[in-house]
Order: sequence, then C-alpha cells, then structure tokens
Amino acid sequence: MRLTFRRAIKPAAFLICSVPLGQLLYDGLTGNLGANPIEAVTRFTGSWALIFLLLTLSVTPLRRISGWNGLIKYRRMLGLFAFFYVVLHFLTYVVLDHFFDFARIVQDIIKRPYVTVGFTSFVLLIPLAVTSTAAMIRRLGKRWQQLHRLVYIAAIGGVIHFYWLVKADIRRPLQYGAVLALLLGYRLLAKWIPFLSLPLSSKAAAARPGYKSARPANLQ
Amino acid sequence: MLIKRPSDIKSSEITPKALYLSRRRFILTASAAALGGFSTLLSDDASAAEKLGNIGKSPFSTNEKLNSFKDVTTYNNFYELGTDKGDPAVNAKYLTPRPWTVSVEGEVKKARTYDIDALTKLAPLEERIYRLRCVEAWSMVIPWVGFPLHALVKLAEPTGNAKFVQFVTLLDPKRMPGQKSPVLQWPYIEGLRMDEAMHPLTILAIGLYGEVLPSQNGAPIRIVVPWKYGFKSIKSIVKIRFVEKQPANSWNLMQPQEYGFYSNVNPEVDHPRWSQATERRIGEFFRRKTLMFNGYAEQVADLYRGMDLKKYY
Repeated sequence: MRLTFRRAIKPAAFLICSVPLGQLLYDGLTGNLGANPIEAVTRFTGSWALIFLLLTLSVTPLRRISGWNGLIKYRRMLGLFAFFYVVLHFLTYVVLDHFFDFARIVQDIIKRPYVTVGFTSFVLLIPLAVTSTAAMIRRLGKRWQQLHRLVYIAAIGGVIHFYWLVKADIRRPLQYGAVLALLLGYRLLAKWIPFLSLPLSSKAAAARPGYKSARPANLQ
Repeated sequence: MLIKRPSDIKSSEITPKALYLSRRRFILTASAAALGGFSTLLSDDASAAEKLGNIGKSPFSTNEKLNSFKDVTTYNNFYELGTDKGDPAVNAKYLTPRPWTVSVEGEVKKARTYDIDALTKLAPLEERIYRLRCVEAWSMVIPWVGFPLHALVKLAEPTGNAKFVQFVTLLDPKRMPGQKSPVLQWPYIEGLRMDEAMHPLTILAIGLYGEVLPSQNGAPIRIVVPWKYGFKSIKSIVKIRFVEKQPANSWNLMQPQEYGFYSNVNPEVDHPRWSQATERRIGEFFRRKTLMFNGYAEQVADLYRGMDLKKYY
C-alpha cells in the first residue's frame, strides 16, 4: 500500500505541473483567451516559465532548511517543466506572433534588449535540458554542477526580460525579482551562516525512512 | 354560535394616513425593484446601455471591418481602472458617470462649467468609425459617437494667447480605484496643439456602437484623435484648459524618452523598446503594416510639414 502511494507521487507531481498547460488548452479551445489570444498565450507561457524556474531554484534552499532530502527527486522534473514552458513561450513568439518572419525576429533579437535577454536565457537553458539525463550526469561528473549554474543567469535574465517589457506597472516583475533575490541570496548567505542550513548528512535526515544518501550534497 | 361583530374602530383610524401611504409606496417600489432586478438577470448586460438617437454619418469613417462591441469594451488600457487590459471592464462599476461637469477655462473669453448633459447637446452627434492604434502595437476599428472638438472650442472663444489645449481626467480614487497605486501621476493629463484640437478628425466622444459610452471606455466624455497613439485620446475628462505653453502629458512625464508630446502614429519611429513598423489588428492572425499617421496622412500630414518627426515623436 505504502509502496504504491510512493510510486504515485511522481506521476501526480507530473500531472500537477501540467495543469497550466491544460488550462491554456482549455481556454484556447473554448475561446476564453480574450480579445488578443496571441498576447494572452505569450504572457501565460512566459509567466509559467518564470514560476517553474523559481520553483526549481527553491528546491535546494527548502531541502537544506527542512532537511527533507527527498525533494531532490523533483528538481529535474521542475527544471524540465520550466524549460517546456520556455519553449512554448518561444514558439508562441516565432509561430503565432511573427509567423516565421525570421528577418524580423532576428532584427528583434539584436535590436530589442528585452528580446535579447529573453532569447539568451532560452539558449542558456538548452544545454541544461540536454544534460539532464542520468547518463549525462554521470558522464559530466563535477562539470555537470558547474554547467548547471547557468540556471542562475537564465533566471536573472528571465526576470530582467519581464521587467524591461512592461510599460509602467513594474509590480509583477518586481515580485518575481524579489523571490529570485531571496533564493539566490540564500545560496550566498548559507555559505557563511551555518544556522541557515542543516547539513544534508545530518542524523535527522539519515533517520528518515527511505533516506539513502550515497551522493554528496550538491548545492545547486 | 359566535357571531363576529365588526370592529368599532376602522383600521384607517389606527394607522395614520401618511404612514400607510408610505407603506404602499414601499411595497410598490420594492416590487418594482424586485422585478427590475429579475429583468436584469434575464438581460445579457446588467447595465443595459442607453441608445443614442439621431446619429449622422461622416465621410471620415472608414469602411473597414469593425471590432466587436465585446472586444472594444473588454480589452483596452485605462490605468485608472487597472493596468491589465481586462481590468477596466471589471472595475467599470466604480466609475459612475453622473453627476459630472466639465470645466472649460484658461485663455478663453467664455469660460464655463458645463453639466455633462448640456455638453452632449452642443452639436449634432455623428458616428465616426476610426482606426485606433495603441502604442503597444495592437489596433482596432471602433464606431465612436460624438462631435468635433472644434464645436466646443469655438463656443469658448479662445484668446490670441491660446496655443495649446490641456485635458484633465477626473481625480477620484473611489470612482477610479487604479489611482490608489502610483503607477502614473494622477490625474491623467494630455494636451494638443491648437490646430490639432481644431482639426475636423478630432472628436469629443460620448458613445460607441450607437450607445452611451461604457465607463471602461472613458465615460462620460473623452477625446478621440485617430492619427495619434491611443494614450493621447484622454478619457473621462473634467477639465479643458486653453494655455499658451505646451502642456505636460502623463506618459511623457513617466518616460520622456519613450513617449513624446506629439505621439503621432509613425511606423518609421520605433518605441525605444519595440518596433512600431507593424501591428496586430485585434481579431486577425497576421500582423499588418502600420500606416503613417495611422492611415490619416492625407488629412493631417500638413499639420507637421517641415517638422523632424524623429525629434518630435
């Protein structure tokens, strides 16, 4: 019974992460995207890409504060969902907004700083998605961690991308920025202030059912 | 057997007449209100808009396909009612368009405060089907109802010092909840050069789609200047002031390098952050090319002859 429950958690998490996509498809099919559906899809996919990036980045702080190491099992899924929504966002821009008008798209990427930053963040996430498999983690060893620090830059770029495109009401991008600052700030502070984090190999963590710590703690 | 005797005292003697009359009145109004409430439940739109009568046609109208009433009234910018484009329709209930006065003042011989219902009768109403191009690169085609602004200007008799006209929106955070956040400086202000204000394309609009202007579109009175970006067409006006010097305008105060005083639609002068070469007409999939002066070049290009439009954006 217990085993089946634990087996069900991951598929359930996958379904929950797909809810925004389901909502978007439902609204699209029922004509509920408002007067400017293309803009609505662009904003929706962009917002969820940012939210999933922030969720991915919150795994390590939550894990270290709570000692709940099992969270690590969901980090890859969250990261790949972030990438998935980024890809949808980019495709919306290329296909729906500009309908493959590559001359204008390239010009946009070069000339418009908010597009440049957004596009750069998207490109930075590609190698991270590609190297997310277990085989790649093994193959890259220590370099895997170094490579995946790119996610910090991509997330900062994502928030700047949003901040630079709004006309006057900067409240939403500032909210994302504040959460990101908290998550990145934690990582800087945790190095110097011990009480911010429980050591990942603590007895408390080891005593948890299902805890199997073979891998070193990686602060990502 | 009990035989019931009629009461010696008439009920009208117990209850004072004033009271039972007011009781009857209450029952009448209450049932009317209940019926009224029921009928609004049945009708599509709770604030069933008032039809405007006697609307003339205009040669300035375009024959392009109109955007639907729903698009026009549920997707627009009106930061006083919220910064999302769906917000104005949701918060429209706060903006009650009566009582309302518009003060005409400044460099004029006949300064006057108009009650809104007098103002709307100043000139015959016309339908003006105009393209509206937002600075955010989307556009619509909207059948406004109103009359040329010059009709009001002439009545005010501007003095020789009147070189510009400044417009001011209502300042009242209760009726305009968006004014509780300092997104822009409140009240919203806009301005036109005198010749722009006198141009026959510039109208005071009091309706759209043949009906009284919905609150989210700037009730009870706004201007529409179709060759300029939408934010120049200031809504819910309470003050029209004639001045000698070029007046400030809200978006220019907010970001002077992005939004100028003129803000004429111009596909060759980009917004510093995005292109103005194309636009999405609401309801269409493909972007279309933005036209110089939003397609009104033939009528208005003369106003700007010799001006460097990159400098005076």
